Amino acid sequence: MSSVTTPTTTMVTRSSRSSLRWAVSDVLTMARRNLLAIVRIPTALVFTIIQPIMFVLLFRYVFGGVIKVPDGAYVNFLIPGILVQTTIFGAVGTAIGLAEDLQRGLIERFRALPMARMAVLAGRTVSDLVRNVVVLIVITVVGIAVGFRPHGGVPDYIAGCLIMLLFAYCVSWGFAFIGLAAPNSETAQAISFPVIFPITFASAIFVPVSSMPGWLQPFAYHQPVSEVADAVRALMLGTPVGDSVWTSIVWSLGAIAVLGPLATARYRRAA
Amino acid sequence: MSEFAVEALNIVRTFKDGEVRALDDVTLRVPQGEVFGLLGPNGSGKTTMVRILSTILTPTSGVALVNGIDVVKHPNRVRRSIGLAGQYATVDENLTGFENLRMIGSLNHLEKSVVVPRSRELLEQFGLSDAASRTTKTYSGGMRRRLDLAAALVAKPPLLFLDEPTTGLDPQSRQDLWAIIEGLVEEGTTVLLTTQYLEEADRLAKQLVVLDHGKIIAEGTSQELKTQLGNTVLVLTFTTSADAERGAALIRDVAAKPANVDGTVVELTVAKGPAAAAEAIRRLDVEKITIAGLILREPSLDDVFLDLTGHKAEDVTSDAGAPGVGRAAQKVGP
Repeated sequence: MSSVTTPTTTMVTRSSRSSLRWAVSDVLTMARRNLLAIVRIPTALVFTIIQPIMFVLLFRYVFGGVIKVPDGAYVNFLIPGILVQTTIFGAVGTAIGLAEDLQRGLIERFRALPMARMAVLAGRTVSDLVRNVVVLIVITVVGIAVGFRPHGGVPDYIAGCLIMLLFAYCVSWGFAFIGLAAPNSETAQAISFPVIFPITFASAIFVPVSSMPGWLQPFAYHQPVSEVADAVRALMLGTPVGDSVWTSIVWSLGAIAVLGPLATARYRRAA
Repeated sequence: MSEFAVEALNIVRTFKDGEVRALDDVTLRVPQGEVFGLLGPNGSGKTTMVRILSTILTPTSGVALVNGIDVVKHPNRVRRSIGLAGQYATVDENLTGFENLRMIGSLNHLEKSVVVPRSRELLEQFGLSDAASRTTKTYSGGMRRRLDLAAALVAKPPLLFLDEPTTGLDPQSRQDLWAIIEGLVEEGTTVLLTTQYLEEADRLAKQLVVLDHGKIIAEGTSQELKTQLGNTVLVLTFTTSADAERGAALIRDVAAKPANVDGTVVELTVAKGPAAAAEAIRRLDVEKITIAGLILREPSLDDVFLDLTGHKAEDVTSDAGAPGVGRAAQKVGP
């Protein structure tokens, strides 16, 4: 073998597709892998689908009786809120997944491949988006089964979903940052919950902000999750949206403008 | 293509603002078409070197060319000509064996029409066809390493980095991997292998570099390294460790280098084996020290390592087989 000076193996021919098309392909490859993981890890599936259904049932039948909303039935107030809460809780999966990939050395392998650099994070956030679409459909169906009657019409219902998906997508980047910064997946999970609890529970998701103590109201009223919940609820129920739609979009774009570069910078340093 | 698959010149890599020098002026030249061994204990800088050459890390200073391409200037071109496998580069547990290869293939920008048959072919070649549609969570350690290696080979790279490919494997799986690596080299692939197993380096690598604390402390063929040490190792066993200490003191000047005393065993590197043995026996007999055993043997790479570093390779790395241990240590750096 010492006489062999050049490799006799020939490299597999790579296609001449443009780099942009390959970048899209890389993102989809990564997104597909993440979605397969959700389907195959029982706890991930429970976390994604079963837990939100439990929340619907819990608030509809256990707590719902004592929660008074200004107008209409509590179930109509609740379901849009649960939808928003679910998409935010789901983003924790991004933090856990990325921390695991880092821990297991998969990110290291990806970094030695000629794939698009941004595909790891973009694939993660895109798979979150797909998962959120599925969850929106499931919760809508379950919601209608327990008495949810959105009167806003289909176009507005979809508009509400889109506002929610946009916000959730932007939030995902923040959790991607947490996942990359955490030393392991357990820590990623532990860091995530103290972040999502105040923003989801001290918000207009489950109860009207007006029912909260005075010191909490300014935070609960102005924080982005409440704005999004208000916008989504108004669109779905056909009530006046005020400026909540625009505020939600501004918050979302602002979040991604900050969190996107933060996560990307962290990704460059990680692994 | 350049004469060398890898040319790394004066590579320095520091961590923690220069406090830790993981690589301290290391120069490597890996010829095409053979296995080049990077030998050293944990923390010696082997993995850092592989991470630099595979574009995962950038060097603090120095120039590295892989297949003639600068790793810092054109990392993506380098990535198209390398494969990386080993204890850190892993497989996705939630995907099947086939899905893992298909994923790596498409991330290597191979067309689907190429990836699918290539993945099947590799699974067949590495004895994983039966397990192809099972998630890799269910795989044994040996199967995972084979799949990991297969993943590194999907794009048929001319240069393969194997970072401690057999660490933590059972002897049979290790033998299997060695046979696969030898087969790849026969087909013309260049392999840069890091290992802490001297036996592995001795068996696979044509040329070796020994790293310790980020510096090259020896290089050459394994035969050269052994010769450099001396011709023969004289191993004497005594009945008590007190006897071993006394005996070692008595026969100290028989060897050119200090004796290594380990419990009741004394090892000496000697130029002329039989003469040294006779002299040792005579002296010990005069002092009425009982010799329980005497062996003359060719030096192993273990002896070389001990001689070069003053510590045994295996002792330093006794915990390196545990998964995650090395990785955790690695993570501290960057």
